[in-house]
Amino acid sequence: MLSKRIIPCLDIKDGRTVKGINFVNLRDAGDPVELATQYALEQADELVFLDISATEQKRKTLADLVLKVAAAIDIPFTVGGGIRSVEDVSILLKNGADKVSINSAAVKNPSLINKLSEQFGSQCIVVAIDAKQIDGQWKVHLVGGKVPTELDLFDWAKEVEQRGAGEILFTSMDHDGTKQGFANNALARLSTEVNIPIIASGGAGTVPHFIDTFTKGKADAALAASVFHFGEISIPELKKQLNQQQLAVRIDEL
Amino acid sequence: MLAIIDYGAGNTKSLQFALERLGVNSLLTSDADQINSADKVIFPGQGAAGSAMQKLKHFGLDQLISKLQQPVLGICLGMQLFCEHTEEGDVQGLGIVKKTVKRFSTEVKVPQMGWNSIHNLKGELFEGITDGAYMYLVHSYFVPNSTETVANANYDGSYSVALQKDNFYGVQFHPEKSSKAGSRLLQNFLAL
Repeated sequence: MLSKRIIPCLDIKDGRTVKGINFVNLRDAGDPVELATQYALEQADELVFLDISATEQKRKTLADLVLKVAAAIDIPFTVGGGIRSVEDVSILLKNGADKVSINSAAVKNPSLINKLSEQFGSQCIVVAIDAKQIDGQWKVHLVGGKVPTELDLFDWAKEVEQRGAGEILFTSMDHDGTKQGFANNALARLSTEVNIPIIASGGAGTVPHFIDTFTKGKADAALAASVFHFGEISIPELKKQLNQQQLAVRIDEL
Repeated sequence: MLAIIDYGAGNTKSLQFALERLGVNSLLTSDADQINSADKVIFPGQGAAGSAMQKLKHFGLDQLISKLQQPVLGICLGMQLFCEHTEEGDVQGLGIVKKTVKRFSTEVKVPQMGWNSIHNLKGELFEGITDGAYMYLVHSYFVPNSTETVANANYDGSYSVALQKDNFYGVQFHPEKSSKAGSRLLQNFLAL
């Protein structure tokens, strides 16, 4: 049976992890490769690297990092943050990234999704959508949720599917950082309106939040950062509890 | 020498790294002589079937692969192209296995993306791998079960996640991305 995926997200700036990381057994908490290796050992199912640096060397630094991560870990990973062109994607995939995630560039230039999926295949194109509710309507936001657009979340999700996205990473800005649980109503509606996998993001605080997002929210995967980085939730323990709820999770026995 | 067929399709870097972690150097090549003389051959693949077959023809490799005598491992689209035909773009494959590759129905999310458990494991490729082990898969088309099936998984019903026909081995999952179980499978292939 296809399992539910647990995905830690690492924010990267100038080739280093940025969010405060308080991880046991790490020599250098700022080293993304060491952190990724640790997560792979703890049976994270996938990793997301989100590059938030804004330097001119950004592209090269990120491409170098991707190569190092690919050499070190044996689970899939996605890279996102400021990806704008076919060339950007080409170098990241060539260096060993399994998927890339595009966000603002897709909103500004939706045909980019078509171009990327035609050239590289839908399976490696993730469209990240940040949204929050304005007067009861879910509106897509840009620049890490700072800039509102007129786009409706569900309309946009259907459009990105039609244009060839292989997966949607949906972050609720209303829930992100609250540790009060994921946006399960919106997630469940997304899963009924589109037929590609949905990653839930924003709001993870406790193990029951993950259980709810997989059951009530119908999510295919759940992404979180600080609860994992600070060791508030351990991935093996999380998986054990999901398993007790009859949710399919990968627990490595080999 | 282990040859990985290079025809511009897919993420070969991760595969090379996975082999390096097992202490094996591989040669990424589209040269017919090098492929013919390799002890083992890996045929990777990702993306659309039609453009992959075009690229194989462009490099003159479409005729060569089915004639290889050494162990050949097809991964993901590589395994699908072992088949006679695929619904994806109505494309003719290499015809090693007489099956048609089909698309998952709309009853399930497409692509299937993530870790699925594999069952009814047969043969040396799965030596030391437990029934129910999880492997990482990303695909929209699948190979139906047949006499060549050596492992299956459930998604929209039971289907073939691994095939074997003579010296041709195919896996739908990505062993290079499937943690310890995937690494063991690659090791088993190397030991053939």
